[in-house]
Amino acid sequence: MVDFIYIYVFMLAAFTGYEVISRVPVILHTPLMSGSNFVHGVVLVGAMVALGSADPNDPLQIGIGVVAVFLGAANAAGGFVVTERMLAMFKPGAKKGAAK
Amino acid sequence: MSMDLPIQLTYLVVALLFILGLKAMSSPVTARRGILWAGVGMVIATLVTFATPHLGNFGWMIIALVLGAALAAWLGRIVKMTDMPQMVAVYNGMGGGAAAAIAALELTKAASVGTAHSGILGSIATALGGAQEGMGLAATILALAGSLIGSVAFSGSIVAFLKLQGLVKKAHRLPAQNLVVVLLLGAACFLGGWIVASSLPDGGGLQGWMLLAFYAAALVLGVVVTTPIGGADMPVVISLLNAFTGLAVGLEGYVLKNPALIIAGIVVGASGTLLTQLMAKAMNRKIGKIIFSPITGEAQAGSAIQGSMKEASAVDVASMMRYAEKVIIVPGYGMAVAGAQHKVWELTKLLQEAGVTVKFAIHPVAGRMPGHMNVLLAEAGVPYDLIFDLEEINEEFAQADVALVIGANDVVNPSARTDKSSPIYGMPILNADHAHNVICNKRGKGTGYSGIENALFYGENTRMLYGSAQAAIAEVIAGVKTMM
Repeated sequence: MVDFIYIYVFMLAAFTGYEVISRVPVILHTPLMSGSNFVHGVVLVGAMVALGSADPNDPLQIGIGVVAVFLGAANAAGGFVVTERMLAMFKPGAKKGAAK
Repeated sequence: MSMDLPIQLTYLVVALLFILGLKAMSSPVTARRGILWAGVGMVIATLVTFATPHLGNFGWMIIALVLGAALAAWLGRIVKMTDMPQMVAVYNGMGGGAAAAIAALELTKAASVGTAHSGILGSIATALGGAQEGMGLAATILALAGSLIGSVAFSGSIVAFLKLQGLVKKAHRLPAQNLVVVLLLGAACFLGGWIVASSLPDGGGLQGWMLLAFYAAALVLGVVVTTPIGGADMPVVISLLNAFTGLAVGLEGYVLKNPALIIAGIVVGASGTLLTQLMAKAMNRKIGKIIFSPITGEAQAGSAIQGSMKEASAVDVASMMRYAEKVIIVPGYGMAVAGAQHKVWELTKLLQEAGVTVKFAIHPVAGRMPGHMNVLLAEAGVPYDLIFDLEEINEEFAQADVALVIGANDVVNPSARTDKSSPIYGMPILNADHAHNVICNKRGKGTGYSGIENALFYGENTRMLYGSAQAAIAEVIAGVKTMM
């Protein structure tokens, strides 16, 4: 079973995801959720491959494929724009507030 | 569906960029860099996919890609910061829908391989092509699992958007809600099993209506599960659906044998699950409880509260703050809706000039999602080193002269500590009531978002500053200016 190797990929990716996130300050939770929402926009690539190998003479296949690519592209592009907008605002203060 | 080595290697680099990007996004200093790396990864992945061997339909592909990307980018650019959570929900739903559509397409293709194109709904209604041409048993099962999860994420996210946008207001709960959920899930699993069985070489053939019924059950399931959930719990649900989409993408990655999809999808699935747990913990809610027994309007509202609310004028508030040593501001979603964060920052700067120490205390679920309030304050220009988490600042309230609560409610409700009959009993709260003086800005009397009475408003040391946050803070600023 060559496919068995994918089980390892699943497992390692799951640990990676858990580790990458585990030390995140609360202030970044929303941008990070948005950022991970952007990352699963890579589904676009899968949609492109699926549409690209669809039967061009079958309108049903082309239809489903077009929907998949449209949704995937929207996920990726929209996810990037909103995440970038949120993160662009994070800048440290020039000085600590007049501490006493 | 084998790929050339250069394409495989590129996908590996892309996966690395995604992981490093997410890693960088977990610190405020490098966060900006992180999203840019991930963005570069996405562009590379998209471009290299055009070079995949034996691909066609480029016309359709480019049209769909450009339309989807342009529409979403435009919406993402014009959406207001306060509406960000529902926008994330929409994009997430689209990702889930894309994953489900990929599976639908792959199943349709497999169905049309074996026998001639005949039967209901064109090619769906023909038998899977058997072991040599079809998808294989494992791929079929995972494609269906990904479809189920992706479809739930799609329809659930749409409901989440409609609720947060205020287009659907009530938390409708079906009679025997949980039974309906179990039945729908059972129906989807049964249909899925049937599809798998009938796509086996001697299984009798995959029928189009089976796929349609399967997707219908999955989509309705998403709607039924999400509809009864109240607005306050929505962030947790959006985060959960985000993790779902990640998982669905990962599973479809297996179907397409695409490592970039598998790695990115599963990484998001795992991190999204962790993030969901963190949020649920911050609200002292169990994820299972949110889904199966949501807080509804009819829930018991806790014990009646003794005492009365005492009002303060803007000038009183101004002098209290101007001559304080230390002020802690507790912003809530009400402040953001009123668009008062710029005024609050103006007030903060004024107080700092007068030598007052000002800090912001953020509850993990202030705003609509954990971290949402930080984004809203950042938009107004508040530097993040003035902003503190619940654990960091809760001890300091006892030394603060003034706690200014603006548009926050449940997150400062002391009933969560004391009143066992309160629906929010046990939720960690900001100890604003420990400050020497508490000022609560509110539009008027009455309960907030969740409909729960707030004992803080009746406290001995609490004064109410009525009026919309924008106008009330402007008055306080004017008051402070006369005392400089």
